[in-house]
Amino acid sequence: MSKTITIDGQVVPFEDGQTIMDAATAAGVYIPHLCHHPEYTPHGSCKLCTVKVNGRNCSACTFPALEGQEVLNDTPDLNADRQKITQMLFVEGNHFCPSCEKTGNCQLQGLAYHLNMLDNHFPHFYATRQVDASHPEVMIDHNRCIFCTLCVRASHETDGKDVFGISGRGLNKHLIINSPSGELKDTDISIDDAAVHICPTGAILIKRTGYQIPIGQRIYDHQQIDQVSLAREHHQDEQ
Amino acid sequence: MKQFIQDLVTKNHYKSTHLLQVLRDVQTRYHFIPEGAITQLTELLNVPRTQIIGVIEFYSFLHLHRQGHYELLISDSITDHMLGKHELMAYLSEKLNVGIGKVREDGLVSLDNTSCSGMCDQGPAGLVNGHALTRLDKSKIDTIAELINQEKPLDEWPTELFAVADNIYKPDLLLNSQFTPGAAIKAVFERGIDATLAQINESGLRGRGGAGFKTAMKWQFCKEEASDQHYVICNADEGEPGTFKDRILLNSYADQVFEGMTVCATIIGATEGYLYLRGEYLHLHEPLLAVLQQRRDAGLLGKNILGQNFDFDIHIHLGAGAYICGEESALIESLEGKAGIPRNRPPYPVTSGYMNKPTVVNNVETFMAAANIAINGGAWFANIGTEKSKGTKILSICGDCAKPGIYEYPFGTTVREILKDCQAEDVFGIQIGGPSGLFISNQELDRKLAFEDLATGGSFIIFNNTRNVLDIVYNFTHFFAHESCGFCTPCRVGTSLLKKQLDKIHDGHGSAGDIVALEELCQLVKNNSHCGLGQTAANPILTTLERYPDLYENQLKNISYEPGFDLDGSLATARRMANRNDAAAHLEQIEDELATHGTTSPGAQA
Repeated sequence: MSKTITIDGQVVPFEDGQTIMDAATAAGVYIPHLCHHPEYTPHGSCKLCTVKVNGRNCSACTFPALEGQEVLNDTPDLNADRQKITQMLFVEGNHFCPSCEKTGNCQLQGLAYHLNMLDNHFPHFYATRQVDASHPEVMIDHNRCIFCTLCVRASHETDGKDVFGISGRGLNKHLIINSPSGELKDTDISIDDAAVHICPTGAILIKRTGYQIPIGQRIYDHQQIDQVSLAREHHQDEQ
Repeated sequence: MKQFIQDLVTKNHYKSTHLLQVLRDVQTRYHFIPEGAITQLTELLNVPRTQIIGVIEFYSFLHLHRQGHYELLISDSITDHMLGKHELMAYLSEKLNVGIGKVREDGLVSLDNTSCSGMCDQGPAGLVNGHALTRLDKSKIDTIAELINQEKPLDEWPTELFAVADNIYKPDLLLNSQFTPGAAIKAVFERGIDATLAQINESGLRGRGGAGFKTAMKWQFCKEEASDQHYVICNADEGEPGTFKDRILLNSYADQVFEGMTVCATIIGATEGYLYLRGEYLHLHEPLLAVLQQRRDAGLLGKNILGQNFDFDIHIHLGAGAYICGEESALIESLEGKAGIPRNRPPYPVTSGYMNKPTVVNNVETFMAAANIAINGGAWFANIGTEKSKGTKILSICGDCAKPGIYEYPFGTTVREILKDCQAEDVFGIQIGGPSGLFISNQELDRKLAFEDLATGGSFIIFNNTRNVLDIVYNFTHFFAHESCGFCTPCRVGTSLLKKQLDKIHDGHGSAGDIVALEELCQLVKNNSHCGLGQTAANPILTTLERYPDLYENQLKNISYEPGFDLDGSLATARRMANRNDAAAHLEQIEDELATHGTTSPGAQA
């Protein structure tokens, strides 16, 4: 008999060492997330995957699955909080979907659609952030960074390079680049790096590719993020 | 500089876990961390430069840009404000001709605010190059300004500027105990390790940092973890505004604290321990090192302690201005030389703590109590207090009372009794346990000091009837936004949104829906944040809103909607660029339109 937990009443099997997110993904249950990626060490910072485990709020991506846990995930209260947390990410940076080349392929936007986010709700911070277009092939628009650290983890864990880091405290948090000039052109980043392709928003972009697929024909223009995410990550789990 | 950095790294055994300690020394020497030092440290310590910059930008006392030769910081705690901090800061700024948050043009002095420096019983307080300044007044500021302008080295400054008093007004069980160094360790070896743990269990001792986890249980869990190394860590990062009792314990009872750590080490099987001392208590560093040396000389630390074939030593690491490092897993990250970001749990430190080894982290007062329990037995402690809260609690009392200082009470003592002892009159309310605790009104004075009623890490700030609740909450809410580590979305963005929303009400721009919006945001931050900081950051608002809804309501404008967006303020840059100095001009246009058409433009209604 394998061990099980329940998620919204559905019985979900798990193996020792799996997190609630791992177990859910394998069973085809979507838990919203942005900073989580099955290939990388869980981070637990975006807090979109917050679920109720035996009545207590926990991050599904870091919390271990344990026999008999009763997990609540797709509830009106949790989804309302997730919508507010997504709105927080929108007002923290400067996200203008209609003029962003990532529109339609952006997970932040996809999640906002999924959570039925219709406005930003909170007052904007109008943060002053820079664009680093110094590199011939890759650019960074810091206005769109949500500090998920996926690029940091990918560069360290897959590329073995440590091109990125997170610095600062509180609302002054920012992505930094590992070069004396602080510019991308002076790093050893390459277009083939996993870190270049992992950004869930439009913060890290590959130059001259932004409009190859027309707006209207992009991922979240036609599909919900839960289906896309499950199809992609379920597949990755099996590999 | 190359040689200085090289020597520093050699002294720190090339350990990357010492990065924060190394950077502190670089800051002290150069008043910033020069680019050359970062490059050199990257190579010598074999850490990415992103990590070094990440550490520098995380801690308030480290800087990428040059600070003054004299780095002046003034404590921004509510108690400093109550003692006239605002006016003194303005005087200081004028006297030294330096703006707040600025470096003077000649580079001699820089001035800024800092979070509570732990001198609430003797404020207004500050720090100069990390050294505590107390009881600041205009005449002292005149002296300081003169010393700075004459470029007098700090060791030639009058010692009275740096005088720090203990102010113990009511000692009880612990503060009165007669203690001979070594007595607790001897008692452990006589009674046996398991029997000692049983005594600590019987004492009912619970963690004194505020959370109240049972100490014996924590030690038991750590002891049971199989590992080649276990660690003991003493959390002396006393950053909760209004708390300063650990400063007194480390100043006058350090032997008992170190002995408590040693007792813990015998039980869990540790050979190394750390005292994490908040950077604000730099003045205690040298004296504490001296106490450690005395203990080594007396055979109470080091190899083969008391001839019992037991090795244990204690190191001191200094913090660098980050409240979050009082959270135990953030403290461990900081001890490892990294930014103090709380870890995901599980695993808990007792399983995987410092260097991923089983680790006990306890408060200063907990270790002191444990040392005395090891000598006197569990019943000695358990006979005092209440059913669920055994023993005594040491309080740091400050604010509006005649005798701010240190008081020790058996658990179960009423607030009324405490207020009488410290001679507080005309009390409006009390902040129990610091900003992360709760605000109680003068209708709740019969409530008791106990984990089951008023749990506290020891902070007790008294406010009289001349104080404004919203000013207090404003100070606390700004504090949390400043100290949020920024790891998780709800706290990083949420604490700054709380600040915005509260400021709107505090500054008189709030309207009908703003209190409801504020409360919703409080719940969101409280329920979704990663660690205790975010989970308690809304407490000042929530606990005062519950008690004084009318005081919030009175601040609101009598209209249905007032935008948080300040149009006139936002036009300031445009006005400057266009060489216009007619602030509020757009308002006149609206009035003109009203006069002409008898209606506002659609834009004005938005």
